[in-house]
Amino acid sequence: MEATSSIDPELEFTSTGVNSSKLGMWIFLASEVMFFTGLIGSYIVLRLGSDTWPDPSQHLATSVLAINTFVLICSSLSMVLGLQAISQGDQKKLTKYLLITILLGTTFLVIKVADYVHMIHNNFTITSSLFGSCYYFLTGFHGLHVAGGIVTLVVVLIMAKKGRFSKSHYDMVECTGLYWHFVDLVWIILFAILCLV
Amino acid sequence: MSGDVDPKPGFIRTYVFSTDHKMIAKQYLFLGIFYLLIAGLFAVQIRMQLAHPDAEAPLIGKALWPQTDGKMPPEFYNMLFTMHGSLMVFFAITPIVIGAFGNFVIPLQIGAKDMAFPILNMLSFWVMFIGGIVMAASFFVPHGAATAGWTAYASLSSSSEVTSPILGHGQTFWLLGIAFAGTSSLMGGINYIVTVLNFRCRGMKLLRMPLTTWGLFFTAILNVLWVPVVAAALFMVLVDRLFGTSFFMAGPLASVEGGQPLLYQHLFWGFGHPEVYILILPVWGLVGDLLSVFSRKPAFGYKATVYSMATIVILSQIVWGHHLFTSGMNPLLGHVFVFLTITISVPTSIFFLNWLATLWRGAIRLTEPMLYALGIVFVFCIGGLTGLFNALQALDIYVHDTYFVVGHFHYTLAASVLFGVFAGIHYWFPKMFGRNMNARMAKVHFCLTFIFLNCVFFSMMYVGAGGHMRRISDPTTYTFLKDFQVWNRFMGYSTLALAAAQLLFAWNFFHSLFFGKKAQQNPWQANTLEWSAPTPPPHGNFLSPPKVARGPYEFNSPLSGDRDWLMQDDPAATASDS
Ligand SMILES: [Cu+2]
Repeated sequence: MEATSSIDPELEFTSTGVNSSKLGMWIFLASEVMFFTGLIGSYIVLRLGSDTWPDPSQHLATSVLAINTFVLICSSLSMVLGLQAISQGDQKKLTKYLLITILLGTTFLVIKVADYVHMIHNNFTITSSLFGSCYYFLTGFHGLHVAGGIVTLVVVLIMAKKGRFSKSHYDMVECTGLYWHFVDLVWIILFAILCLV
Repeated sequence: MSGDVDPKPGFIRTYVFSTDHKMIAKQYLFLGIFYLLIAGLFAVQIRMQLAHPDAEAPLIGKALWPQTDGKMPPEFYNMLFTMHGSLMVFFAITPIVIGAFGNFVIPLQIGAKDMAFPILNMLSFWVMFIGGIVMAASFFVPHGAATAGWTAYASLSSSSEVTSPILGHGQTFWLLGIAFAGTSSLMGGINYIVTVLNFRCRGMKLLRMPLTTWGLFFTAILNVLWVPVVAAALFMVLVDRLFGTSFFMAGPLASVEGGQPLLYQHLFWGFGHPEVYILILPVWGLVGDLLSVFSRKPAFGYKATVYSMATIVILSQIVWGHHLFTSGMNPLLGHVFVFLTITISVPTSIFFLNWLATLWRGAIRLTEPMLYALGIVFVFCIGGLTGLFNALQALDIYVHDTYFVVGHFHYTLAASVLFGVFAGIHYWFPKMFGRNMNARMAKVHFCLTFIFLNCVFFSMMYVGAGGHMRRISDPTTYTFLKDFQVWNRFMGYSTLALAAAQLLFAWNFFHSLFFGKKAQQNPWQANTLEWSAPTPPPHGNFLSPPKVARGPYEFNSPLSGDRDWLMQDDPAATASDS
């Protein structure tokens, strides 16, 4: 054994073969799944236990929310395209698609807030019924996740502009993408169980 | 990642915002000891109040409540037991056992240079630190700290403070403090899992990891999965309080119809039961390590111990209902939970018998860590066996909400984990600080702690079996409890003695920190990798990357020559493998 304190490349190998950042992101997403399981599970229990649940379409602008769902799915698509671009080493395209993703995400939030304001004007508030409480609570937490995702995406965008990613090094883009798709997926589930069923 | 650390960081980067796992471990340790002291003093106040409900509260009474001649008001008593439990669980045990031991031990035992994400590691400590400040601050807001118990049952905790300002903000501070602690645990958990999975040195197969690392690894998994669930519940409580919703409110206090207080209990205990294992799994692992090292024998049934711990991890997630037998849950569902809970005793018995078999015909060295480990074996045995009473629905209806339950979980959690804290500190102190603690003082400390701790906790179960309720500030108002007052006094004085015995530990710890004898590299003659690192380990831990050739418990191997231990990375004989 050589007696040196310098970095031994052998030590840097990863035992699972999965990149550590990506593994960490997957574990984080597992915890996020549990978090939303707690929220959505509570919603289901509360809803099944209540005998005065209103028809969702009475209070919600379902068509607006459907458009919003479409916006978020599009943002996921542009994220995938951005990832594909950098995996082929195209930094310009990555920047472009990141920007599109951020814009679409922001659009989602703007529509969301406008929708909130509109509903509050129509006297559908967080304390007007259990449905109202659940609706604002669940979508509010999802909105916070979208906002967090946008902040992260902006950081990634700045790094991309500085040319920090390359064909062989784009872990952070990939991890942010994973998170973004997760947030997208949560919204689709929320949209289905809050607005459609 | 962890290799390119600045070799000579400044004071702030070394001691305050350090990313070195060993320094973060020390920070966690001091934070934990501080809150252990605070929450321990709360326990003394609680027991003194119960010992003499009519007398003035010692030390603080005259200053705080002059209008009642220093008598403690019941609301303050509620704050005391709430904060005693919350601080002990989230800000004393968690930082010491998971934060300090986990951070110090995992990279060293698996031969890594540092954690997978050093900056995340640093953040997790500081998030915990902020949480601790928020909790402490809650005592100074109008109407004082939280009073709903460490379980914070709704609707007690979730009544709107907007419509009833008399409730104060203490509970809200509590919720935020726990949210910070949970975030810290989550960040730590991700870090631990990735470190264990990806940063083991060459040859360190998963089934060559010491049991302590296994325990910490399982703890990290449970933390990552279940902290978010309680977070969901606590956020709902928070929204109930601040925005006037009624997720967990029913009856006249509810703002809208349909809220379910029972739902909170399901969510809380969904986390709460795994939480028990979150706290105790590292201690179980540590006991496995210590019994082997100080019996100079391989840990009996190492693989069976690992697998039974894994089984417990799985089962622990589906038994929460045993906390709800008396809460109005369907009794048929209760039977399912009885069955599942009793099933846990199978894997528990397996590794408990493995402990005993490790001791069997061993060359036992009664060092200080070993004494604490043996203490854990004893108190965990009592705690585990009394758990069976609580697990059976029919019996639980009788003992529920009595001091029997309090005694039970203080045996399993307080006694076992406290001894685990002491065992771990005494075991790794030489490696952590490069100095030895005083062995004789530690042994006296162990004996005193062991005696008085049993005096307190066993009496709890005794009065509990007699029907003594928990969470009452004045037992003498109930005629049927009057005869127990002598026991309450006994527990009060035993608690005082128990607290006084801790002065020995405090003196030993802080004195040895500065004046202890310089420690050797491997004072306990153990095999695991932390003892191959220099004392104290430098940045990057190992002088050369270790290459592991065998399991962690090769004692009395024919390959080790005239020594009776064989380090995991000893190149002497690379062929052997268990
Ligand atoms: Cu339990």
